[in-house]
Amino acid sequence: MPLSLPKDRTKRVAAVMEHASGDKRFKILETHMKRHQYKADALIEVLHKAQELFGFLDNDLLLFVAYRLKLPPSRVYGVATFYHFFTLKPHGKHTCVVCMGTACYVKGADRVLAAVQDKAKIRPGETTPDKSVSLLIARCIGACGLAPAAVYDGTINARQTPESALQQLKGWLTNGSE
Amino acid sequence: MVLNDLIQIKERELASRKKYVLRCCMAAGCMSSNAQSLKDELEKAVAAAGLKDEVEVRGVGCLKLCCQGPLVQADPAEILYERVKPEDAAAIVAALKGGQAKVSQGDLNHPFFTRQMSIVLANSGIVDPERIDSYIAADGYLALRNALREMEPKEVTDTIVRSGLRGRGGAGFPTGLKWGTVAKSTGTKKYVICNADEGDPGAFMDRSVLESDPHAVLEGMALAAYAVGADQGYIYVRAEYPLAISRLQTAIKQAKQYGLLGSGVFESPFNLTIDLRLGAGAFVCGEETALMASVEGKRGTPRPRPPFPAEKGLWNCPTLINNVETFANVPAIVRNGAEWFAGIGTEKSKGTKVFALAGKIKNTGLIEVPMGTKLRDIVEDMGGGAPDGGTIKAVQTGGPSGGCIPAGSLDTPVDYESLSKLGSIMGSGGMIVMDQATDMVDVARFFMEFCMDESCGKCVPCRAGTAQMHHLLSKIVARKATAEDLAKLEELCDMVKHTSLCGLGQTAPNPVMSTLRFFRGEYTERLQPDTLGRPGTESAVPAGSRAT
Repeated sequence: MPLSLPKDRTKRVAAVMEHASGDKRFKILETHMKRHQYKADALIEVLHKAQELFGFLDNDLLLFVAYRLKLPPSRVYGVATFYHFFTLKPHGKHTCVVCMGTACYVKGADRVLAAVQDKAKIRPGETTPDKSVSLLIARCIGACGLAPAAVYDGTINARQTPESALQQLKGWLTNGSE
Repeated sequence: MVLNDLIQIKERELASRKKYVLRCCMAAGCMSSNAQSLKDELEKAVAAAGLKDEVEVRGVGCLKLCCQGPLVQADPAEILYERVKPEDAAAIVAALKGGQAKVSQGDLNHPFFTRQMSIVLANSGIVDPERIDSYIAADGYLALRNALREMEPKEVTDTIVRSGLRGRGGAGFPTGLKWGTVAKSTGTKKYVICNADEGDPGAFMDRSVLESDPHAVLEGMALAAYAVGADQGYIYVRAEYPLAISRLQTAIKQAKQYGLLGSGVFESPFNLTIDLRLGAGAFVCGEETALMASVEGKRGTPRPRPPFPAEKGLWNCPTLINNVETFANVPAIVRNGAEWFAGIGTEKSKGTKVFALAGKIKNTGLIEVPMGTKLRDIVEDMGGGAPDGGTIKAVQTGGPSGGCIPAGSLDTPVDYESLSKLGSIMGSGGMIVMDQATDMVDVARFFMEFCMDESCGKCVPCRAGTAQMHHLLSKIVARKATAEDLAKLEELCDMVKHTSLCGLGQTAPNPVMSTLRFFRGEYTERLQPDTLGRPGTESAVPAGSRAT
């Protein structure tokens, strides 16, 4: 670490490293970084791995990555917030991704999205207060032959209608708030 | 690995071919319709029928008619089964030796299939993308071997120049010229990058090529690296394409084992390492300078050109960037000769182009047609026209950077020049068909929202301009705009187009401009009279001072 770091920051880094030493996932991340020889240009690969392990990127995790790759935290934070794929907030228990690519859009994806929004009372990018469902939109998942498509918990579902989307959501929401 | 090894692998592979082959589409479209369990069931059914020595169940790449997936093709009878369920497995196996399976069958004599001409997709649906031997059996890596052992790097570049191949990423820059520039650039370290950051919504050609024939892309990159003198390659692929990523990883591993990547390829002094770099969901990273920033692990923001990547690219070294489809064309060109390729297509656009046909059309899927094919032939003959008795209103090409071509211009041949004359672009190959129910102003707003979200924020015209244009378009859609707003929108289009830093901003107004050109009525009918009774204002920018 650079010597000019304020004292409270060094303390914070020390706390993060202390916390990291007790968590197995940090060790996996560390191995991943080693494979990339702690090179700064591997930052995006490392963040991908970190998100895969932790589900989302919180500040401590970003600080850990910055420290290990010898990068300023601002650079790591800048990259993490630039790319849509990285999320700094935890997702809900279930995720619903509605594809809003052109092919899906002209085939009525906007109606599917509106139905989900109304039902779950959240907007894209948000999670229900009880953390049961996160709603996301995708720019195009490349399944244009199946338009309109939606991804429920990682499984692509073809030819969605507002009804079929609500059917899917029903089970998820009743487990939670309703 | 030498020539003899290649021939041996090919002969071994061909000798082990069985009498019957069931080709199961294992590309992402069919995979999401349960193709994996279908393939497992077919294998079980073959074993249960005791036909293991006669029947091969082969997982292959895209079989093209994506809307009817999962697809299975039975050979040598040439029957295409559509929407196959795992329960149908036994019936299909039983029908191999005559008889009919009660499974919906596709018409392989439909123009959708017969009018295709496959160069890039030649192996798609035929070779097993997860086995390098399967690719070698289709004369894979032969072009690389011949180039490395019998051709000078300059000869390879010359072949590409003479073939007339142009960049398939959208802009259509002559590929050979680019290679020549990188080859001539001085520097001990050079890079080759494959742009597989297919960001256009509604485009899935590159994904299909990577999933169906990853080795062709690797071979194309290796040929390019040899031609320009690079020894490190990167494939920048979207993280949203997990299947393409895993197939590429497998392909790279296998090629390394065979000595087709790494040091001393084909026992020549040529070395090449290819690494994957994952994108993280930023459309702007399709722009070459932004992509390079992303490969370096930074925020994907573009920088002004010149210097062009060919002189100063990745880590300030000369860098060659080409699109997936461009690289996939290269092995076939080197193998069959420049003249063969130059004989296909139109005068200025050679070869074929892969399109992802989607939207309001009967046959959705992947098509590859010679350049110069009329849009009408693609949309009406091959695509089968609009479903449910609808009429086609427009065809959108080029994604958020392209435009909408009205039904009246469907007789336009597909080539770079003709499409740009209509205010659209060839683009990477997304082709979305719209019918009479599609609201063109809303489509323009949809694309503008996309560009607004994806603008990286570095230059003001794009960052602020797209937001303002989106605001104006929303106002028009909501029927709250006046003629003044429309004039302002047109002025902004012109300004953003001419003053933005990179391609994203420069092309962002295209969907608006092309819909205004062909469907102006849909804009003007929503305009409100200027209730404040203000006199029609002139543009704040004096006429003639704007760049044209």
